[in-house]
Amino acid sequence: MSTDLQTPAPAATQSQNDDILLSVKDLHVWFELKKWGFSHVGWVRAVDNVNFDLKRSEAIAIVGESGCGKSSLMKTLLLLNRPREGQVIFEGKDISRLKGKELKWYRSQVGYVQQDPYGALPPFMPVHRILDEPLVINGVKDKRERQRRIRTALEEVALTPVEDVLNKYPHMLSGGQQQRVVIARAMILEPKLLVADEPVSMLDASVRVEILRLLRKLQEEHNLSVMYITHDLSTVRFFSERIFVMYAGKLVEQTHIEGLLDNPLHPYTVALLTGTSEPDAANARKLKEVPPGEPPSLVNPPAGCRFHPRCAHAIAGVCDVDEPPDFEPVPGHVVKCWLYKEGRTSYPEA
Amino acid sequence: MTDNTLLKVEDLTLYFKTRRGDVQAVDHVDFELPKNKAVVILGESGCGKTSMAKAILRLLPRNVSQYSGKIFIEDQDVMPLSDEEYRRQVRWVKISMVPQAAMNALNPVLRAGDQVAEPAMVHLGVDKAEALELAREMFQRVGVPEDFLTRYPFELSGGMRQRVAIATALITHPQLIVLDEPTSALDLLTQANIMNVLKTIKWETGTSYILITHDIATSSELADKVAVMYAGQIVEVNDADRFFAEPLHPYSQKLMASVPRLHGHDEPDFIPGRPPSLLNPPTSCRFIDRCHLRFDKCSADPPTFFADGHPVKCWLYEKEASDAIIPDSSK
Ligand SMILES: Nc1ncnc2c1ncn2[C@@H]1O[C@H](COP(=O)(O)OP(=O)(O)OP(=O)(O)O)[C@@H](O)[C@H]1O
Ligand SMILES: Nc1ncnc2c1ncn2[C@@H]1O[C@H](COP(=O)(O)OP(=O)(O)OP(=O)(O)O)[C@@H](O)[C@H]1O
Ligand code: SF4
Ligand code: SF4
Ligand SMILES: [Mg+2]
Ligand SMILES: [Mg+2]
Repeated sequence: MSTDLQTPAPAATQSQNDDILLSVKDLHVWFELKKWGFSHVGWVRAVDNVNFDLKRSEAIAIVGESGCGKSSLMKTLLLLNRPREGQVIFEGKDISRLKGKELKWYRSQVGYVQQDPYGALPPFMPVHRILDEPLVINGVKDKRERQRRIRTALEEVALTPVEDVLNKYPHMLSGGQQQRVVIARAMILEPKLLVADEPVSMLDASVRVEILRLLRKLQEEHNLSVMYITHDLSTVRFFSERIFVMYAGKLVEQTHIEGLLDNPLHPYTVALLTGTSEPDAANARKLKEVPPGEPPSLVNPPAGCRFHPRCAHAIAGVCDVDEPPDFEPVPGHVVKCWLYKEGRTSYPEA
Repeated sequence: MTDNTLLKVEDLTLYFKTRRGDVQAVDHVDFELPKNKAVVILGESGCGKTSMAKAILRLLPRNVSQYSGKIFIEDQDVMPLSDEEYRRQVRWVKISMVPQAAMNALNPVLRAGDQVAEPAMVHLGVDKAEALELAREMFQRVGVPEDFLTRYPFELSGGMRQRVAIATALITHPQLIVLDEPTSALDLLTQANIMNVLKTIKWETGTSYILITHDIATSSELADKVAVMYAGQIVEVNDADRFFAEPLHPYSQKLMASVPRLHGHDEPDFIPGRPPSLLNPPTSCRFIDRCHLRFDKCSADPPTFFADGHPVKCWLYEKEASDAIIPDSSK
């Protein structure tokens, strides 16, 4: 943990297990949909009743398709969105109540690697200024100290020799190098939590592997907690702890990597696994069994289970009427699906 | 060239003029595609995949400094054709293309059905009513509901827009469709659905494809053959069965090893370093700086050797050398 940050941590307002860094409770993030810019026509229910705890030095991967609410959830943790309902508790403090110095402190505790590496860096700033800015904002007054930390951060993301990089502008760097700068910036205040929103989706396969390894190394060396957002299941193993599957604003399954691969429970999770290709020439000779259709609108999501219009197992009169609650058919493996109401512990065979 | 060959590209070269010199985007490339097959062009960003597609379809930017080689479609070399002849006889008629990011390039003020119908009116000479009827058939083929014919692009999801772009390429019944990264901006399940559509079209209509992608796993959904491109050159062409099991070129081996697998426990690996600049590529093998198997011969540009009939551009496959050094795909 850094010692020279000028902003002190506020006192905890909620009692909580010390092991838990972040706790998300009944979180709802809705966006108002307006016509002509003012008259209300509805809500985009981007995050709907999400609950989870993140432990210290734990990594959670969130998988789901475009528009399911992954970024909206993360931006709420970063205070870029306001929740409509629910709480985000960080080290016992409700972050929506933080103000002034406390707020600054919180922001220094959470590093953010945003989606879209190409839009993430200001094009007119050289690397040393990009990294200096968060230090200045957080009151590290000593210039030598700031320089030292910029150096360390660049070394940690393997942008060496540091001299070659300091004065470069983003456009002079490759996609992979730009992403390393983004990661260095996220790490420079020595946060406890790193939010990485699709950190590799724009990169080539080989560069992807380099960046994922870098993130894992940082996690291990700094005991970081990580929220890793992706739509690519085959990379979740890199942070082989818990996996959440998100569909249309809901966490539909929460499990560990073994649970996901060996005993997937939610029909949507099964579809994602089936849809993920491994390089195999036999793939070209058969069709993939994937559900028809596309994820629903979040303005008028389907009643009952939001996956029911695409689900081969949908139970008429149940799935299209009542929203499934969380079931825990296997300890530590939680699923929102009516199939698991009566003690079933694995996905029904076809 | 056998009767079964649809496309044969020989020595195809496309350089671009820039202030800093010529960009050797496509450098003396050869490959062949049989009828009703799909060849995948695999390679990292910037290696020249799109440029090669543009060279084949003669969709050239203004700053071309060299454009040469032969392109046979069935038995005809189309390179000597004038631009006008090429446009009337080849583009859309024999080969059409779904460009990179096509789903974002649809005309925003034209209804989806009208966009799909347009090439039929221009290239098949049918009237509007008939073209719309054909468009309706194409919508069915690619899995877009018929009532979307009258919708505008902004009213469609990304996946639906991409299907519309494919329908546009399909409507003139070309023998060959060039697909440039057709699914890379789409979601997993949408991707899988579109791959299903492309497969079904291939099986039902006998169409051939050139599929350009950097996504190795998804490429295996369509590939009969694989051509690997590195720094403007094709370094290996292989049957998909062989390629996905044991690729020949050291770059191909490294590329395959970088793919994360859902199942199985091998940790993916990365290729150290970066591809060379296409402004001044090395006169040696272009992969030399990153190659784990390089040896003394590699300081010269390798010609194409054949390993079990598959072309590989690597000194390891020169007869004497390959007896001495067996490439180790486990590294
Ligand atoms: N500021 C906003 N105002 C209105 N709607 C929004 C806003 N931000 C997000 N949304 C909507 O909320 C839904 C969830 O978006 P979000 O960006 O969280 O998805 P995502 O899972 O991150 O998708 P992707 O994989 O494409 O990044 C989408 O329907 C999106 O259009
Ligand atoms: N009109 C042009 N003038 C100059 N250079 C160009 C031009 N078009 C492309 N290039 C360069 O040629 C090289 C090959 O580009 P190309 O677009 O063919 O690559 P690609 O393999 O399709 O990459 P990606 O996977 O990113 O689409 C790149 O270095 C690119 O910058
Ligand atoms: S609750 Fe019903 S519709 Fe939803 S996933 Fe389960 S079986 Fe399918
Ligand atoms: S020619 Fe030499 S350097 Fe080039 S790929 Fe083959 S072994 Fe490697
Ligand atoms: Mg997002
Ligand atoms: Mg391209």
